[in-house]
Amino acid sequence: MEKVMTGNSAVAYGVKLARAQVIPAYPITPQTTIVEHLAQMCATGELRARFINVESEYSAMAACIGAAVAGVRTFTATSSHGLAFMHELLHWASGARLPIVMANVNRALAVPWSLLAEHTDSLSQRDTGWLQIYCEDNQEVLDSILQAYYIAERVRLPCMVNLEGFYLSYISEPVHIPEQEQVDAFLPAHCPAYELDPDRPAAFFGATFEPTMLYRFRRDTHQGLEKALRVAREADEDFHRAFGRRYGLLEGYRLVDAQLVLVATGTSVSTARTAVDRLRDRGAKVGLLKLRLFRPLPADDIRSALRGVPKVAILDRSISLGAGGILCQELKSVLYRADGQCPAVFGLLAGLGGIDVTPDLICEIAERALRSEYPTEEPIWIEVNR
Amino acid sequence: MRESIPGPVSKAGTVPTKMGSWSTIKPVLEGKCNFCLLCWIFCPEGAISQDEADRKVLFDHDYCKGCGICAKECPTKAIQMAEPEAGRAG
Amino acid sequence: MRTMPAFDRDDFSIPRDEYLYSGHSGCPGCGATLTMRHVLKAMGPRTVVVVCASCWTGIAGYFPTSSLKVPSVHCAFASAAATASGLKAALEMRGDDISVLAWAGDGGTLDIGLQGLSAAAERNDDILYICYDNEAYMNTGIQRSSATPLGAWTTTTPLGQDRPNKNIMDIMVAHGVPYAATVTIGFPSDLMRKVSKAKGIRGTRFIHALSPCPTGWRFAPHLTVKIARLAVESKAFPLYEVEQGEYIITHMPRDRSLKEYLELQGRFKDLTDDEVQGIQDNLERAWQRLMAKSRIATYATP
Repeated sequence: MEKVMTGNSAVAYGVKLARAQVIPAYPITPQTTIVEHLAQMCATGELRARFINVESEYSAMAACIGAAVAGVRTFTATSSHGLAFMHELLHWASGARLPIVMANVNRALAVPWSLLAEHTDSLSQRDTGWLQIYCEDNQEVLDSILQAYYIAERVRLPCMVNLEGFYLSYISEPVHIPEQEQVDAFLPAHCPAYELDPDRPAAFFGATFEPTMLYRFRRDTHQGLEKALRVAREADEDFHRAFGRRYGLLEGYRLVDAQLVLVATGTSVSTARTAVDRLRDRGAKVGLLKLRLFRPLPADDIRSALRGVPKVAILDRSISLGAGGILCQELKSVLYRADGQCPAVFGLLAGLGGIDVTPDLICEIAERALRSEYPTEEPIWIEVNR
Repeated sequence: MRESIPGPVSKAGTVPTKMGSWSTIKPVLEGKCNFCLLCWIFCPEGAISQDEADRKVLFDHDYCKGCGICAKECPTKAIQMAEPEAGRAG
Repeated sequence: MRTMPAFDRDDFSIPRDEYLYSGHSGCPGCGATLTMRHVLKAMGPRTVVVVCASCWTGIAGYFPTSSLKVPSVHCAFASAAATASGLKAALEMRGDDISVLAWAGDGGTLDIGLQGLSAAAERNDDILYICYDNEAYMNTGIQRSSATPLGAWTTTTPLGQDRPNKNIMDIMVAHGVPYAATVTIGFPSDLMRKVSKAKGIRGTRFIHALSPCPTGWRFAPHLTVKIARLAVESKAFPLYEVEQGEYIITHMPRDRSLKEYLELQGRFKDLTDDEVQGIQDNLERAWQRLMAKSRIATYATP
């Protein structure tokens, strides 16, 4: 069935199809309609789940953790300040190896108060051990929720599905809703790692002061994330077999002969596609790399996609203050080679502050990068310099 | 538990770390016991039990930390805190 | 289940079953440990304990050990109530009738965890929340909490606590919870009767358990139970329960002097006679207010 819906509704339909059983949630703009939609589904019995009206995002994640220990499928959604408020428990969820799925609607953090889209909220949670998927359109939002459960439950790690506030959360697009039976086949009943059973009592997530023990847990969790690269690929392939759609961990667009590759994530990708087509029409050898999976970072895939490319321009809707765009930092570390054979990397703060990244802006960025041998400033404050 | 447990999960009852070395002073029964078992109920270690056969109160010196609550609470003053003689279990 | 007769003027006989293993890392004479031992005797084996950051994080055993014979789930400091709520919701979705016991210290309850606890109580989630109150942050080394009583020394109130402690029972009763009670290890039958009663009630149940701490209160470990008893008898910690808003006093204090209770504890050693009198006056007024709204249980009078 196809329906015109917002990105937030696409989240709710994904959660319903995944048969989440415990949904603790707290409202925050621009995530609110996800919570409303799910509360409605639970109230009418359309989704057989317990909806818990918690008093904060901190408690939302705590309740997800409590429920996930008991082995049921859990879901919550948040944004910006709510995600930051959860921070302590994001570490807890991954350390505890709980396959919680959460939607984060990207929004800038204060000061100043703002509802505009930035990726800094989720990208700054990159060290918490959560998988992170970034979506380009509303269909990908729904599909990514289903894939998120698939991956999370197999690698025993939590997964965050990101969609930009307003650009996706409140914009309606046609979305194909898969049949429940097909989803059930793709996503069978959750087989939890833990057994919470008074007849076989255990202590979950206690303390240790033994350094080698702690070291081992860190390594195990990291290896879980590494394994997630393979599992995410399998999820996408299985998904393609079942529903005919696939996304990959990343996607190269018109990369052949590219002298410059734009790297983007989220909604800028769609715009960049249009811009790349225009640039190619003008004879400029420009390609595009869409980054969909940010954690774990598919480093080998990125390196092979960009092999031999002399220039890379990264469109960042985020900033690590004092260092530059977060995607740019990550990409540079992936592309670094001791032999000096690295492409010139242009770190462009393009969508930061929720600035509308138009095809014209991207064309301008690309043409400027093609003209320059290497970047003369870092990061490049594109809006300020225009 | 399932075969592969990814996170820090311990099977219940795996504690026994003997804490008896925390103190050299241990409860020793001196007679006069009226079998009220107040010592048993007030022991924070759960280190006091009763012999099924002769009802005698037993102190597990391997786990007793020597706090002395049992001696303090004993209504007949039948428990003394002392350095137990070698081989004597209380 | 084999039981022992009651030890105080109450009708609750004490189960012999143990759910706490010896060999835990509690200090000698630890009141918090004894509280858990007593509570679990009343709760029985079909219980999950949710433990937030506190002394009990360690007492429950360091990985890969566990000192509890029931399942336990450790959680972040401020999250005991919400974790317990989520856990209970999941158990209900599973169709399992297992009691969920949220276990937090006074810091985790009156301070950092109060918001989450308030929300769980307002939703009336089906959990039993027990605050074991040792009247300061003991696991970090005796820092003041909002449960620290007037006049008490802690490392962050070197001149003595200058405010009376927060009344957590009033706060919880104001939420309209179906059951709230005070207990202490000095009165084990009373404690176990209340826990047992709470176990049989649906909704958010709250128990405030005074748990004397030899290390932080500065007294010799053999005095733990005596001090717990004196707290009650001197009206510093009255024993009562509130069922659907009805207050019932479960033990009438025997009017032991507050001075005797305070003098046993090093944390009060710098109090002047006037200050002791001031504290006693406060407690007497609080007792009169409690009496005015309570009935007295038939078994409560000595």
